[in-house]
Amino acid sequence: MTERTGPGGTAGTSKDDKGGAEPTGGEQSSAQRSGPDDEQHAANGGTAPEHGEGELAGLGDQAVEGGTRPAPAGRARRGMFGVRGSGDTSGFSGLRLPAHVPVPAERPFGGWYDDLVDDLVAALDERGTRGAIQQVTIDRGEITLYIAADEILDVCRAMRDDASLRFELCSAVSAVDYGVDVPQRMHVVYHLLSMTYRKRIRLEVALDWDGGETNPHLPSVVEVYPTADWHERETWDMFGIVFDGHPALTRILMPDDWDGHPQRKDYPLGGIPVEYKGAEIPPPDERRAYS
Amino acid sequence: MTTPETDLYAPERETTEGTVYTVTGGDWDSIVDSEHDDRIVINMGPQHPSTHGVLRLVLELEGETVTQARSVIGYLHTGIEKNCEYRTWTQGVTFVTRADYLAPLFNEAAYVMGVEKLLGVEVPERAQVIRVMLMEINRIGSHLVCLATGGMELGALTGMTAGFREREEVLHLLEYLTGLRMNHAFFRPGGLAQDLPEDWREKIDEFIKIFHERLGDYDKLLTGQPIWKQRLEGVGYLPIDGCLALGATGPILRSAGLAWDQRVVEPYWGYETYDFEVPVETGADCYARYVVRVREIHESLKIIKQAADRLEPGPVMVEDRKIAWPAQLSIGSDGMGNTLEHVRKIMGQSMESLIHHFKLVTEGFQVPAGQVYSCVESPRGELGVHLVSDGGTRPVRVHMREPSFVNLQTMPAMSEGGMVADVIAAVASIDPVMGGVDR
Repeated sequence: MTERTGPGGTAGTSKDDKGGAEPTGGEQSSAQRSGPDDEQHAANGGTAPEHGEGELAGLGDQAVEGGTRPAPAGRARRGMFGVRGSGDTSGFSGLRLPAHVPVPAERPFGGWYDDLVDDLVAALDERGTRGAIQQVTIDRGEITLYIAADEILDVCRAMRDDASLRFELCSAVSAVDYGVDVPQRMHVVYHLLSMTYRKRIRLEVALDWDGGETNPHLPSVVEVYPTADWHERETWDMFGIVFDGHPALTRILMPDDWDGHPQRKDYPLGGIPVEYKGAEIPPPDERRAYS
Repeated sequence: MTTPETDLYAPERETTEGTVYTVTGGDWDSIVDSEHDDRIVINMGPQHPSTHGVLRLVLELEGETVTQARSVIGYLHTGIEKNCEYRTWTQGVTFVTRADYLAPLFNEAAYVMGVEKLLGVEVPERAQVIRVMLMEINRIGSHLVCLATGGMELGALTGMTAGFREREEVLHLLEYLTGLRMNHAFFRPGGLAQDLPEDWREKIDEFIKIFHERLGDYDKLLTGQPIWKQRLEGVGYLPIDGCLALGATGPILRSAGLAWDQRVVEPYWGYETYDFEVPVETGADCYARYVVRVREIHESLKIIKQAADRLEPGPVMVEDRKIAWPAQLSIGSDGMGNTLEHVRKIMGQSMESLIHHFKLVTEGFQVPAGQVYSCVESPRGELGVHLVSDGGTRPVRVHMREPSFVNLQTMPAMSEGGMVADVIAAVASIDPVMGGVDR
C-alpha cells in the first residue's frame, strides 16, 4: 500500500499488483499461520509425542507408548470456496486452512463413554493385549476409538465377548481415503453395535501406508464377526486394503480382472476404458465429439 | 442365429473342472445322456426371472439337493459412493436415492440425517412429520414388491398381480406428493425440497381407505393358503444367533424373535411419539418373514394416519439461509423455477441475493469437518450412512451400510442342504434389491 502511483482510480490496480505477493488476510489470518505448522507436523509422520494424552484419557496399559499419534483426517484446504484450477478470481484463493485433526477427548468423557473405555481397557488387560488404543475422540455424540492396526482382532474379540461390552453386531466395515498427500491416508472404520446395552461405537484404524505399490495390510476380523466377510471384500475391492486371514479375499463389486481400486482418491471418477466382449469401449468423454 | 461353435457367451467345452454344458431349454438330453457323476454346478442368473434382479447364484447340486451355494454380485455396481465425492452435499441426495430403488426415501433419509448431524441443525417439525409419513408410505410399497415378486417366484402369480396393483397406488400417491414415482430426491439436508400440494390430505385418506379394503385380500390369498404355507414353512431357517453373526437385520432378524427396530430402539424424527407395534415372529423361516412383512404394512398404515393427523402448517426447511435454497418457498405456479416476484427481487433489488443464490447452488454449503454414522430402519433392516467431511462443500467419503448387501450373505446359510426350489424361496424372503447390494 506504499506506492500509490496515481490518485483515485488507479488505487484498484495497485491493489491487484500487490495481490499476487501477499494473499488476502495477510498475517492476521490464524488459519494461514497454522497451515504450514500443521503440514510440518504432518510431514513428521505425526509421531511427535507432545502431551501424555494416554495419561489424560486414563487408558492405562492400553495407551500407545510414547503418547498418542494425532490421527490425521483430511488435507489442508486452500481458497475460500475449495475451487482449484478454475481461474478463481474471487480474491479468496490465498486462504489456507489446516487439515482437520480429530480432537482427543479428555477425562471425564461424560455419559456412558467413561464406563465403556474403562471396561474395554479392563477387558484388554485381562486378555494380555497392550498398547491397543491410540486415541479416544468424542464428536457429535459419537465415540471413536483409534486402534493400533495389529491389535484390531483382539479388540474386536474383547468387544464382542466381554460381558460388560457385548457388541454383538458389526454393522459395517469400510475405509476412508483422506487424500494422496495425507500421512496415514487410509483409515479402516468399524461400526459396532451392542444390542444388549444399546450403544454404538466406531473403531478406526489409521494404516501406515505411504501410497506406494505394495498394498496396506491389517488383520481380518471375519473370525470374530462373520458378517465382515463381504464388507472386507468390498474394502479390498474399492481401496486395495489387504485383510490378512480373510477366508477368500476376492473382488466383489468390480470384475475379477479389474485394475486399480476405484475408491482411492488418486483413481479418477471417469475416463477408464472398458472392455466388453473383447472390444475396448473408450471412456465417455472420448466416445464422440459433439462439436 | 449363433451355432454352438460361434456362441460368444458360454460355449460347450471341456475345462479342468469338467465339461461345461449350455442348456437353453428343450436340450436337457445333452446332459442326461452324457457321462458324469451326480454332482453338477449350475449358474443361476444373473438374468433369471427368479433371482430378484441381476443376482447370480452358483449352486453345487447332488441331485436336487444344494450342497453349496454362493452368490455373485456386482452386476449393478454404479459407483454411487464415488460419485458423491464429486458433488455438493445437496446433490448427493440424487445419487444415494438410486441405491435401493424400492426404498428411495430411506436412502435419502439416512443420508440427510447424517448431513444434518454434521451441520448440527434440527429440521422443522413439519418436515419431520412429512418425512415419517412419506417413509411409511414407501415402506408399504417396498414390502408389496417383496410379496409380489416373492409370489411370482414361487408360482403364486395372483399374488404378483395383486401386489403390483397395490404398489401402483403407492407410486401414484408418492408421485402426487413429491413429484416423482421413484428416486424422489425430496429430502434435502435441512428439510424437504418443497411442501406438500394443497389437497394432500384427501389423497392420503383415499389411500388409507383403499388399503384397509384390500389388505385383507392378502390374508385370503396367501397367509392361510396351504400351498403357500408348505412352500415357506420350515424353509430358509436362520435362527437369531445366525442372524447376528451374519449381520442380518430387519424382517429377517424380527422373524427370528428379536424385536430390534431402529424406529423404537434409537428413535429419530419423533418416532417415539407414534403408537405402533414391532411385529415379531419366532419361526425364523420364510413364512415368518412373510408374516412379519404383512403385519408391518398394517403398522405403517397406523403411522401414516397419525402423521397426517398431527401435521401442522409451518416451514419445511431450516431458517438458515446459508443452507436453505432461496427457491424453497417460492416455486412458480407451474411447479418449476421461481415465482416472478422472487425473480424480480433478486434481479432488480438485491444483487447480493442473486450472488448468494448462485454460490449456494453451484458450490453448495460448507459442512464442518468430522464424521458421523446415521441409520434408519429401512424395509430391509438397518440402513446406515457413514459420512466424512473435511470442512469443504463436498464429502470426503459417503459409505452406505446397505441392508440388502449384508442380508444377502445369509443366503448360503439358509439354502445349503435344502432343495433347489427352496433356494428361490430363501432369496425371495431375504428380499435383496440389487441396486442397494451393488450401489
